[in-house]
Amino acid sequence: MAPFSTIVLRDVRIAFRRLSEAANPLLFFMVVTTLFPLALSPSADELREVGTGVLWVSTLLSSLLALEGLFRSDADDGSLEQLMLSPVPLGITVLAKIAAHWLLTILPLIALVPILALSYEMPAAVLPTMVGALLLATPTLSVLVALGAALTVGLRRGGAIVGLLVLPLTAPLLIFGTRATEFGLHDEPAAGPLYLLAALAALSLALGPVAIAAALRVGVE
Amino acid sequence: MRLPRWFHLLGSPPFVYRLAGKVAPWLGVVTCVLLAVGGYWGLVVAPPDRVQGEVYRVLFIHPQIAYVSVMAYVVMAIAAGIGFVWRIKLAHGVAATAAPIGASFTACALATGALWGRPTWGTYWQWTDPRIMSETLLLFLFLGYLALRAAFEDRDKADRVSAILAVVGVVDVPIIHYSVIWWNSLHQGPSIMKLDKPSISPEMLTPFLIMVAAFTACFCWLLLNGLRGEIVERERDTRWIRELVAGTRG
Repeated sequence: MAPFSTIVLRDVRIAFRRLSEAANPLLFFMVVTTLFPLALSPSADELREVGTGVLWVSTLLSSLLALEGLFRSDADDGSLEQLMLSPVPLGITVLAKIAAHWLLTILPLIALVPILALSYEMPAAVLPTMVGALLLATPTLSVLVALGAALTVGLRRGGAIVGLLVLPLTAPLLIFGTRATEFGLHDEPAAGPLYLLAALAALSLALGPVAIAAALRVGVE
Repeated sequence: MRLPRWFHLLGSPPFVYRLAGKVAPWLGVVTCVLLAVGGYWGLVVAPPDRVQGEVYRVLFIHPQIAYVSVMAYVVMAIAAGIGFVWRIKLAHGVAATAAPIGASFTACALATGALWGRPTWGTYWQWTDPRIMSETLLLFLFLGYLALRAAFEDRDKADRVSAILAVVGVVDVPIIHYSVIWWNSLHQGPSIMKLDKPSISPEMLTPFLIMVAAFTACFCWLLLNGLRGEIVERERDTRWIRELVAGTRG
């Protein structure tokens, strides 16, 4: 576990030294969720209706913004090659990178979601379900974002196509995640979609690092 | 275990180039004959549908195209996976050829579906229909694969990176498909008629299956022709291609 926590702590430290960069996804998330009520007629009923979808799609989009920090900056200054040369299995390194992305980019978004959900007139009773669904879905999201970052690590300008590569793959997360919240809104048991999200998280955390490591080996040579 | 010689030859570009050149015209003939027979049978001979009337005859084109579009993705992913694991360039060539063909079939499936939906469902597009949604996402997966390939200048790198995407995609396609179906089934009483596997009469089933064979042959024909072009482009610096162009080699 030592190399894992070392890499996570390193990424956290780097993020805190470039705080304005690390805060970008969070600020983007706040701006986008502020714009939606402006674009829609801000009646309480309508906001409650669209709130789930807006918050979920904004989470997906915001998570893409931290792409560069995953592998690109490490590839540019050569530290990624050193990480790959180290005796630590690349899968562990990748998993640590994913964990750091999740902690730094996604967790702040999720922390903000309850406040935003309340501002979208959603009842407080649904918040545990919604946050739980996000907590279960976002590990898979981090894996997919890391996959997009790894596939484009060899490209000068890879950022533009990552959205096209990653977002279609996130459809199941979006479906199960919003369903769970909808069930919560209508006082129905939301366990089904939550279990499915957990299953997807197990699947992606088990298989994702293998694919990401393979992509990094091709990209960095 | 010793593999037969022809199996190893399938990794050789000149051999496959010539083989594809011999097989492709026959596939073209088979495609045209099957399309003509199935088309005439389906459009003229088969009786009109009791509910949908004449419009139902899209049944002889649309499901077949949609089926080929999914098959194209599987062919692409398997070829890319083989190319990645055993480093067979020709397999990458098959994947690269299958992608644009598959994307075209996917777009055609969406287009024919929209044209069929208008008279029968009253709308070209229905966001809540699971099959439309998973077909649309399949189109995005194809386009993402093509965009990733195009972004790399180095062909070898493009091959291997896009292969990873194709394999991840093929794991995700069934998950996407079933999640979308599950998503829809939760909507209370869908307002549209869902085209479940109809129990169709034999005089409709036969042309239906002929058209399935026709479009499958069509895909193989396009794939082999495209593969020949892909091989020439990939091998353009080799001697056998120069001899081929100079006409000193058959």
